[in-house]
Amino acid sequence: MKKHYLPILFFLAIMPIFFIGMDRDKSVLPSPLIGEKIPQFSLPSLINSELQIDSSELLNNTFLFNVWATWCVGCLEEHDFLMKLSESNEIPIVGLNWRDNHNDALAWLRDYGNPYTIIAEDVSGRVAIDWGVYGAPESFLVNSNGIIIHKHLGPLDDDIWERDFSRAIINDAN
Amino acid sequence: MFPEIGHFALILALVVSLCQGSASLYGAAKQNKDLITLSRPLAHTQSLFVLIAFACLVYSFVSDDFSVLYVASNSQLALPLLFKVSAVWGAHEGSLLLWVLILSTWTTLVCLFSKNLPDIFSSRVIGVLGFLNFGFILFTLFTSNPFERIFPSPLDGNDLNPLLQDIGLAIHPPILYVGYVGFAVAYAFAISAMLSEKLDKNWAKWTRPWTTAAWLFLTIGIALGSWWAYYELGWGGWWFWDPVENASFMPWLIGTALIHSLAVTEKRGVFISWTLLLSVSAFSLSLLGTFLVRSGILISVHAFATDPERGLFILIFLISVIGGALLLYAKKASDLDKKVGFGALSRETFLLLNNVLLVIATILILLGTLAPLVLEVFNMGKISIGAPWFEIAMLVPMIPLLILVTMGMHSLWIKDSSFNLYKKLRSPLGIATLVGIVIPTFYYGRSGLLLLIGSTISIWIIISSLLSLRSSWKNNQGRFHINRSVAGMSIAHLGLGVFVFGVTIVSSFGVETDRGFSLGDQISVAGYEYKLNSIESIKGPNYEAIEADISVFDGSELISHLRPQKRTYLVQKSPMTEAAILAKWNKDLFVALGDSLGNDSWSIRIQYKPMVRWIWLGCLIMALGGLIAISDKRYRR
Repeated sequence: MKKHYLPILFFLAIMPIFFIGMDRDKSVLPSPLIGEKIPQFSLPSLINSELQIDSSELLNNTFLFNVWATWCVGCLEEHDFLMKLSESNEIPIVGLNWRDNHNDALAWLRDYGNPYTIIAEDVSGRVAIDWGVYGAPESFLVNSNGIIIHKHLGPLDDDIWERDFSRAIINDAN
Repeated sequence: MFPEIGHFALILALVVSLCQGSASLYGAAKQNKDLITLSRPLAHTQSLFVLIAFACLVYSFVSDDFSVLYVASNSQLALPLLFKVSAVWGAHEGSLLLWVLILSTWTTLVCLFSKNLPDIFSSRVIGVLGFLNFGFILFTLFTSNPFERIFPSPLDGNDLNPLLQDIGLAIHPPILYVGYVGFAVAYAFAISAMLSEKLDKNWAKWTRPWTTAAWLFLTIGIALGSWWAYYELGWGGWWFWDPVENASFMPWLIGTALIHSLAVTEKRGVFISWTLLLSVSAFSLSLLGTFLVRSGILISVHAFATDPERGLFILIFLISVIGGALLLYAKKASDLDKKVGFGALSRETFLLLNNVLLVIATILILLGTLAPLVLEVFNMGKISIGAPWFEIAMLVPMIPLLILVTMGMHSLWIKDSSFNLYKKLRSPLGIATLVGIVIPTFYYGRSGLLLLIGSTISIWIIISSLLSLRSSWKNNQGRFHINRSVAGMSIAHLGLGVFVFGVTIVSSFGVETDRGFSLGDQISVAGYEYKLNSIESIKGPNYEAIEADISVFDGSELISHLRPQKRTYLVQKSPMTEAAILAKWNKDLFVALGDSLGNDSWSIRIQYKPMVRWIWLGCLIMALGGLIAISDKRYRR
């Protein structure tokens, strides 16, 4: 007799999860890459197309890997923060210019300033796929052993940097 | 003006659907003949208004009316006409309107083909469908209005997402939706049955053809999606266990269970409450699936709109539709179960096991899909559950299920003897074991436990289905008589066997590899030689592309020229890979152009996919089986 109430009980039990799930912060995505070595790539430099940037050259230094494009509004939003971060010399920023128009990208850097130490140009988006990029902007924190220790989806700002990135750097050092 | 007409028609449809729902349900409850007579005309009026609204949106796309925000965001002048039409359902707002259109079309069909049902019963069905459509239209108008204008209107649109500019994706959503929404009919029949004073035992017979019809569209829809992902995304797989794929697979599994339990309920009058529960669950999972993904609660590469306001509406709607039905079930179901005996070895037992295993499979997928969300809600960290987990978890219910298929098909109702069953199945099993070992080991040159199990079971299912198909044919004094239910059932199972065989072979012997080619290079992959002849630029209507010319040799014989492309769509600037595929009945040779490695050298992805066509062929055969079963005469009496 009572067993016929089980389906509705099961249903009512899972609904609250959806309610809570709706409000949660979706900017911190689980990434299977966290704790893994960075995916290898070799791409031309945006600034000097003759030059190839190889992922192995990036190691031996903790760095921020930032995926951006001129068509991405969120990238413009975080640009001021990136400029500030680069002026503070806290950490080198490696840019991945994703699925972008070469000239538009150069014009953007001229207009808004260039916070990046180096920028790799990923016209086809293939390297971004290897990195599991969902959308721009997206940022990865990589330690000196080339291990990804944190990932953030969406524009960066001071709060997020202090809360997630600085802490990840300290935790990693320990 | 057309967008306003469409908008107004949709508002009228909203009002009429509310009248349709209340008049039909209230009329049935009070046994008021006048209101019951109104249910069909109201339903037809509602469908007409929805059709007008949809036609207006299509017209806005075809006439490039970029003053409509939705058109401006999803179309552009140079888009080919076919894709201007398919762009109507290329994003959230339009796909919701398509959903509404399909629900009203199903409602119209139910009105037309339910005239021999008792008036009160069909009136309740039409009433439930009316309220469902009321909910969807309300959602469309208040949170996702496709007719919204923008000012100033842009000169050209933002183009349709290039991924969606493909024939496979133009037809995949409508067909998938026809399947999803079709389960609304089974849901409405179940609600109507539960609202009856005394459950009419004919309910199972009435609802069967509708359920099978929904299931067959869902089968084709899922197969199309899989085929599209295979050739368009170029990832070399045909199923990725993405939340959106799971969302379509769960209602399919429950729908399949429902088809089987309806067979028992119709023939033997047992499992009534269980069948009602499955009818409610199939539609609930269709709703949960589509709308959880749409509301951004589950993250997926397919998710196109995330908006908390939409999410809240969806949750309230889900609670009323699913919660209401389950509450009704809890109150009514206990009166329904009859004690009818059947032997431990009987068709009833096999169908019961079928249901249990299919439900287990569904629960495993539901767990895998929701687990990341649950863990996160309880702050237990973020995890991703991917294909490897699902692939292993699915083996648990699927292997026993596939073994039971043949036995279920050939066993008798009520009671069978193990000797009788053994006698019928031993020679197919003998042949299947022999062939199942010989094909992989000697033709493909490798063997392994799962591989041998898969190929043996699939061939066993194929042979048994053919035997069962033969038995559906009776030569009655020179006149052929075909039992279409049995024929349809056998053909659907034949399709399942073909599908499993394809899956087994391609997952064991498929080859995927990325190679660097310079012009003139010749590279061998899985016994075929690939030679890169040239790379040149070409121009399409709304894209530019680089096209490679690759000759494929089998030994020294030239068998094909493959021309994979890399396209750049001009408006959205996004690059797309167009793979070139040499498709044969027993294998696909798949070539996709990767990146330039400099100095006329290119990265090229080559795949060898034996028997991959059998996966989709099997699904089509399954759907064909469903079609034949629906055509059985007894449903039209």
